[in-house]
Amino acid sequence: MTTTQTGARTAGRIGDNAQRPDGTLKVTGEFAYASDLWHDDMVWGVTLRSPHPHARIRRIDVAEALAVPGVSAVLTADDVPGENAYGLEHADQPVLAADVVRYEGEPVALVAADHPETARRAAARIRVDYEVLPALTDPRRALDDDAPEVHPGGNLVRHLRVRRGDPAPTAPVVVSLDFEVGMQDQAFLGPESGLAVPAEDGGVDLYVATQWLHVDQRQVCLALGMPPGKVRLTLAGVGGAFGGREDLSVHVHACLLALRTGRPVKMSYGREESFHGHVHRHPATMTYEFGAERDGTLVYARADVLLDGGAYASSTAAVVGNAGLLGLGPYRIPSVAVDAYGVFTHNPPCGAMRGFGCVQAAFAHEALMDELAAAVGVSPVEIRQRNGMREGDRTTTGQVIDSAAPVAELLERVAAMPLPPPLETSDLRNLPGAVGNTTHGEGVRRGVGYAVTYKNVGFSEGFDDYSTARVRLQVVAGEAVATVHTAAAEVGQGLVTVQQQIARTELGVERVVVVPADTTVGSAGSTSASRQTYVTGGAVKAACEAVRTAVLQRAAVALGGPVAGLALDGDKVVGAGGEVLAGLADLLGDDAVEETVEWRHRPTHAVDPETGQGDAHVQFAFSAHRAVVDVDVELGLVKVVALDTAQDVGRALNPDAVVGQIQGGSAQGMGLALMEEVVVADGHVRNPSFTDYLLPTILDMPPMRVEVLEYADPHAPYGVRGVGEPPTISSGPAVAAAVRVACGRPLRRVPIRPEHVTGT
Amino acid sequence: MRVTTTVNGTERTADDVWPGESLLYLLRERLGLPGAKNACEQGECGSCTVYLDGEPVCACLVAAGQAIGREVTTVEGLADGQSLHPVQEAFVEAGAVQCGFCTPGLVVAAHDLLARVPEPSDPEIREALAGNLCRCTGYEKILDAVRLAARRQATR
Repeated sequence: MTTTQTGARTAGRIGDNAQRPDGTLKVTGEFAYASDLWHDDMVWGVTLRSPHPHARIRRIDVAEALAVPGVSAVLTADDVPGENAYGLEHADQPVLAADVVRYEGEPVALVAADHPETARRAAARIRVDYEVLPALTDPRRALDDDAPEVHPGGNLVRHLRVRRGDPAPTAPVVVSLDFEVGMQDQAFLGPESGLAVPAEDGGVDLYVATQWLHVDQRQVCLALGMPPGKVRLTLAGVGGAFGGREDLSVHVHACLLALRTGRPVKMSYGREESFHGHVHRHPATMTYEFGAERDGTLVYARADVLLDGGAYASSTAAVVGNAGLLGLGPYRIPSVAVDAYGVFTHNPPCGAMRGFGCVQAAFAHEALMDELAAAVGVSPVEIRQRNGMREGDRTTTGQVIDSAAPVAELLERVAAMPLPPPLETSDLRNLPGAVGNTTHGEGVRRGVGYAVTYKNVGFSEGFDDYSTARVRLQVVAGEAVATVHTAAAEVGQGLVTVQQQIARTELGVERVVVVPADTTVGSAGSTSASRQTYVTGGAVKAACEAVRTAVLQRAAVALGGPVAGLALDGDKVVGAGGEVLAGLADLLGDDAVEETVEWRHRPTHAVDPETGQGDAHVQFAFSAHRAVVDVDVELGLVKVVALDTAQDVGRALNPDAVVGQIQGGSAQGMGLALMEEVVVADGHVRNPSFTDYLLPTILDMPPMRVEVLEYADPHAPYGVRGVGEPPTISSGPAVAAAVRVACGRPLRRVPIRPEHVTGT
Repeated sequence: MRVTTTVNGTERTADDVWPGESLLYLLRERLGLPGAKNACEQGECGSCTVYLDGEPVCACLVAAGQAIGREVTTVEGLADGQSLHPVQEAFVEAGAVQCGFCTPGLVVAAHDLLARVPEPSDPEIREALAGNLCRCTGYEKILDAVRLAARRQATR
């Protein structure tokens, strides 16, 4: 047999900056987002929502709405065929409110019509007779004996206790503070949308933007009273998520209308409805205390964290878990006492958002760390390095950190980055207020602030956190093609690219097709908790390995030799020296080799209910930020001049995409520090629009230096470590710290407003 | 009402248009051009940016009837057949696309900027794109993309 050496390895493997397979469609406008879907004969669905935070529904009269020409259906709670209940962890949320509404914006009725405006006008003609009830809108009152009950059984969603070390510790230096974090919105740009198509078998096909198809399917089935085989979900193009698509939005509503009308139904929220139509980041009220030696070494920490869960449970219990288990930051602390509470109120429901409970806590522990630094006379960097976790340390729950924990190095790296040049006042665009011409430099002070964080990767506390991948290898028109099928939601982060890179790496082929995510393959788990590259990446890797093994076994039989030493490269089977032994086309012919693998990371465990001790997490991810700000201390205007970061990602499968995640995550953290808040007054959202809810623009964002460390986690596929969330956690506290330095005020609430900076 | 307008060089007509419809709705729901996006529908996010008689506008703020007899160019009309416009190419190559919902609007805005200012400074890029929100990228790679597109255009 003649042998030839194969050429250079396939481009676009792991570690390469492979380009997105959907990039071209996205720049030409052809990529089909959920709100772009269209079907012959389709009608439009709209939602009627409660104007009250708490009210009893006495009566609903739909007659006038039904009489509007063009209207094909009007539905209320009576029309929900299955259980009128859904929820991520507890099914406590009605599909349509039956007797009581518990927050402003709760869905009450649905209308389908041939034009969205017709549907909206008809919805306005539904007469709902409400008896307005007293609303519980202050979470600090939720656990009082005389507080109105949001649900029977009381207003406590979860209380997590963490106790470790000395129960009555003392220390020579004690610092404490109270801190408040406002409600942040995910503000993904693609509004909640979906298309439900009634099927001939009496079931329904739903095309929808989401983060986890299978958990949606379970809830839709419950509400429709249908088995999973009749409710098929396919991922439609997702315009960002950030946690806000973990809970259902249009899903059941569109299916109900489609099944009633017998026609495809499209639903797509406008921005105002989107603010009411998804959960937000929990507002937090926190009290923290650190005790330390005179050199700043921590002796103990106490924290009391109260999270406003709003009207329904959503993922509040898990957010409380993170705030309680991780909420003292990446520090070595011998004695800890943490109490984290999530409560029901009649405010908008809160749930998942990037950083998930760690974001709120980080503002408090990082502000307090700066207090401690000042109290003992060391720098913010030094105090954090002195107390920072290292590999082998135990967390506040007693879990040993069994891979890299480079807190000190991350700080060293951000501190060593060049500082931006001093303020140049000749160009107004450099100044806080910019071309608003509010200052020419007088009253402008510069501040520098630091923060660090750690975040759990993947689902914790004993959750069975797995993903499923189906991989097929076949030869099409003489070329080897790998097909990867998972139910994992690509929401913009680049998972489709990484799946291709993994398949190219494991199978040696160039052409990899990632087929649309749907429920005809097993669950991939949620696109959240920075977990998909790790868990679905792990599943794709394992499925590719199974395919490769099957192909090489076939090759060994055909070649009459051992499997050992055989490998796949290009469209060939090669030997140990890279010599070509067989072509895949000859070996496989028309056969396809297909394997499906369900893959799990190492198990995690529930924590002790009394002490919160236990190995709750599978992996931790660390990041540090340094922010530089110019603050007009007379007007309270802030310009962020630099926002630099270092993060350990274990191994960067796609370095450019990793940097993109870090930069985007940093921007969201900065937004919470300075401008982003869903303002809720007496249970009413006051700013449900992009006019009044401020998001960072390209003028607000500074240049961002990013240093990526790659300390491989030996327990994770390829050594990867979750990337998406840490930057959102450490960036905001660094910005807040920098503003504190510039203006000299304590600033115990975010987002920081001009009047906080000026003290007026 | 009947609306006849020229979109990407082709005359298009839609019937039974409700007078309250926006140009964005006309393009997306009646003319099969969903490239311009519906993120805020009040002129804050720029994701629906299209050219109207050569001027970039938020299609959500233009009534469909205002487009009668005028020329509209959408993101779908920027590429030359199968070959991407340099701005589009640069967005893909620079990693400026994540979820991509802001991308069509940003591509049109950057296309307009580079037509007016072939070699923009960073502050000029920031000013020009200040009306386009992006929630995924933090804008760094969008700046990279515009710089790259400017270099590419200069050498062509």
